Amino acid sequence: MTRKMMTGNEAIARGAYEYGVRLGAGYPGTPSTEILENFARYPGIYAEWAPNEKVALEVAIGAAMAGARALVTMKHVGVNVAADPLLTLAYTGVNGGLVLVAADDPGMHSSQNEQDTRHYARLAKVPVLEPSDSQEAKDMVGLALEISERFDIPVILRTTTRVAHSQSFVQVGQRQEVPLRPYQKDVQKWLMVPAFGRLRRQALEQRLSALREYAESAPVNKIFPGEGKIGVITSGISFQYVRELLPGASILKLGLTYPLPEQLIKKFAAGVDRLLVVEEQEPFLEDHLKQWGIPCAGKAIFPAMGEFSTALLRRCLQQAGILPAAAAEGAPDLSDMPAAPVRPPVLCAGCPHRGVFYLLNKMKLLVTGDIGCYTLGGLPPLSGIDSCVCMGASIGMAHGIGQVAPELGRRTVAVIGDSTFMHSGLTGLLNVVYNRGSSVVLILDNSTTAMTGHQDHPATGRTLLGQEAPAVDMVALVRALGVPHVVTVDPLDLKAMQQALEEALAADGPAVIIARRPCVLLRKLPPNPVAVDEDKCTGCKTCLKLSCPALSVVDKKCRVDSIACVGCNLCVQVCKFAALQAAQRGETNA
Amino acid sequence: MLEKLDILLVGVGGQGTILASKILVNAAAAAGYDIKMSEIHGMAQRGGSVVTHVRLGSAVSSPMVEEGRTDIILAFEQLEGLRWLNYLKPGGSMILSSQVIYPVPVLAGLAAYPENIPGYIAARVPDTLVIDALQAALQCGNAKAANVVLVGALAARLPLERALWEQALKETVPPRLLEVNLAAFAAGYEYRKS
Ligand SMILES: Cc1ncc(C[n+]2csc(CCOP(=O)(O)OP(=O)(O)O)c2C)c(N)n1
Repeated sequence: MTRKMMTGNEAIARGAYEYGVRLGAGYPGTPSTEILENFARYPGIYAEWAPNEKVALEVAIGAAMAGARALVTMKHVGVNVAADPLLTLAYTGVNGGLVLVAADDPGMHSSQNEQDTRHYARLAKVPVLEPSDSQEAKDMVGLALEISERFDIPVILRTTTRVAHSQSFVQVGQRQEVPLRPYQKDVQKWLMVPAFGRLRRQALEQRLSALREYAESAPVNKIFPGEGKIGVITSGISFQYVRELLPGASILKLGLTYPLPEQLIKKFAAGVDRLLVVEEQEPFLEDHLKQWGIPCAGKAIFPAMGEFSTALLRRCLQQAGILPAAAAEGAPDLSDMPAAPVRPPVLCAGCPHRGVFYLLNKMKLLVTGDIGCYTLGGLPPLSGIDSCVCMGASIGMAHGIGQVAPELGRRTVAVIGDSTFMHSGLTGLLNVVYNRGSSVVLILDNSTTAMTGHQDHPATGRTLLGQEAPAVDMVALVRALGVPHVVTVDPLDLKAMQQALEEALAADGPAVIIARRPCVLLRKLPPNPVAVDEDKCTGCKTCLKLSCPALSVVDKKCRVDSIACVGCNLCVQVCKFAALQAAQRGETNA
Repeated sequence: MLEKLDILLVGVGGQGTILASKILVNAAAAAGYDIKMSEIHGMAQRGGSVVTHVRLGSAVSSPMVEEGRTDIILAFEQLEGLRWLNYLKPGGSMILSSQVIYPVPVLAGLAAYPENIPGYIAARVPDTLVIDALQAALQCGNAKAANVVLVGALAARLPLERALWEQALKETVPPRLLEVNLAAFAAGYEYRKS
């Protein structure tokens, strides 16, 4: 065995490999993405990106039904998408073990909301395991598979951003080949018509009560004895903070947080003077304890919102009088510190999405947006998007606007990325066609899933395992859905783009514009920086409205950072004084 | 062996902070430390601030260093050094690259880049070392090695043998860039204020 530093995500991939998982499926989403990317590199396994989380889970269910160990990965909001099959999967159960990794993002480092996946575990009535470092992340994949097979139920492995993306040592072992469990036709188990569903509903209750019993002695529910004055019940990353802040406390660390070991918790609670529940996000453990009549303090002391940290918990413990108030330690006075301007993420220099938002803003359209790099086009100074709810929402929302306010609808455009269109845009567009809407949809096709780190999808022509694949013909696909007006334009050609938008808005019925140009990070262009003619530059700053990281105006003259600039020439088109010039080269940027 | 050492590496996406953290972790791992490291990626890939927390010790629990309790900040850019200054403990050390990278709101004229950041920091943190890492890296033959110049400056202050660092460099950088990086490391290790 060798010791290796691994992120939680690398460790989960390693665990899946070592514990004989044959199939991994998922849809990218921070902080879960690297699990499948790492898993895909191991020999003798099969891995795929599905177009969305629901499909990914359904694929894994098939693999488990056929008797293989299967893994499915997603971020917390992906569980919403996969919830439909998940809740019935709890009824059918599995054959080979099935683990669903859900990565929560407290503090919303890169998500549109916070949600606590443990609520889904309870809703679906499936067990949930929570690792607190990379070693546990690896080990718990094995345990989850074991529980899944032993109790005939899918298991959720819930991580959080901090566990997924932090590194600690992991003991690396060998792969253990797990033979396929034979498949036997059993319609009462797998065919959920109401009569069989009712039987499986009862079976689920029995499996859950067996799991409750198992939880009482599960080795992942572990007591770290202390002095007994303060007792803490905790799980996940919070355990690490508690260990550091309260070295003398007795700790009950719950690795299995649903279903909970009621007897163990009651016994632990009885042995301490004062009981704290330290859990990130929702009062999930606390609610259970209160329901059992166990006096404890949780959210009265620690917040239910945002991410925990040692500093935050230290302040909470000080306020509650559990830790002494901080003595001033001669820290430097920083009260006169100059304001540090924020460094927000921006669309890259040369990003093909940039010009689109410049135009949408200039044309004063209502823009329903979606999730991807291009969501950044909603921030000033581009300010080209009005909304962003969840993946795939843009098209449905534009249709809704058009149905109740036709005038507004005629000035509304939905924007959606290519990966997002494959994920859940198709059905929205089909709905527009079917219900006689006339929405204009702009598909921003940069030939990748850029936001999460350039994953492939059904329109890129490549799979997660690096094989070539048939790339869906987007134009034909959109036509096949029944859209009469479909055009493709280069989003770096502002004039063509504006014309396409005007025609689409004037068209009768639904219209789709495919703005196609690969992500600038995919195709490294030869540097071809724009040149400034300082005699012509008036310092008007119009070019700065593009929010391009390569452009600035210093001493009333535009300046182009020749290292950052890739020569997309958008600024050349925006400049009214012809002060910006595409550098003369033999080739163009096409 | 140190009981505990908390280091924050801060910079701008694309500056090589992650590689620098890897070199540090490899050297410390070879010396037998328990280590935890934490970084947040995602939106940061699009030119935003990046920060890596590295904690060494005999046994480490939390993967994150704490505000006001960090031993050393290694800052790859001036403004980022300022932004994280409150993480330093009283008596802590700042190693600050003098490099400046303007955030987009500054480029767009919507915000001002503070003046004389090194002076402000040095006035409050007696143990501040300001390094022109970019220039030093250029002299070694590659501006991209500025991150390793800073690693060298950090190495000179830690009780880890120099050979461990050089071995860690060999494990992390591609062979064709090793020579430049070893030179950059030495430049940082032997850096003297002129
Ligand atoms: C249900 C759900 N799954 C995953 C994510 C994570 N995520 C955010 S944007 C995105 C896709 C972005 O790709 P694309 O639409 O092609 O736009 P691009 O970033 O390439 O511009 C993903 C997977 C999410 N927000 N919601």
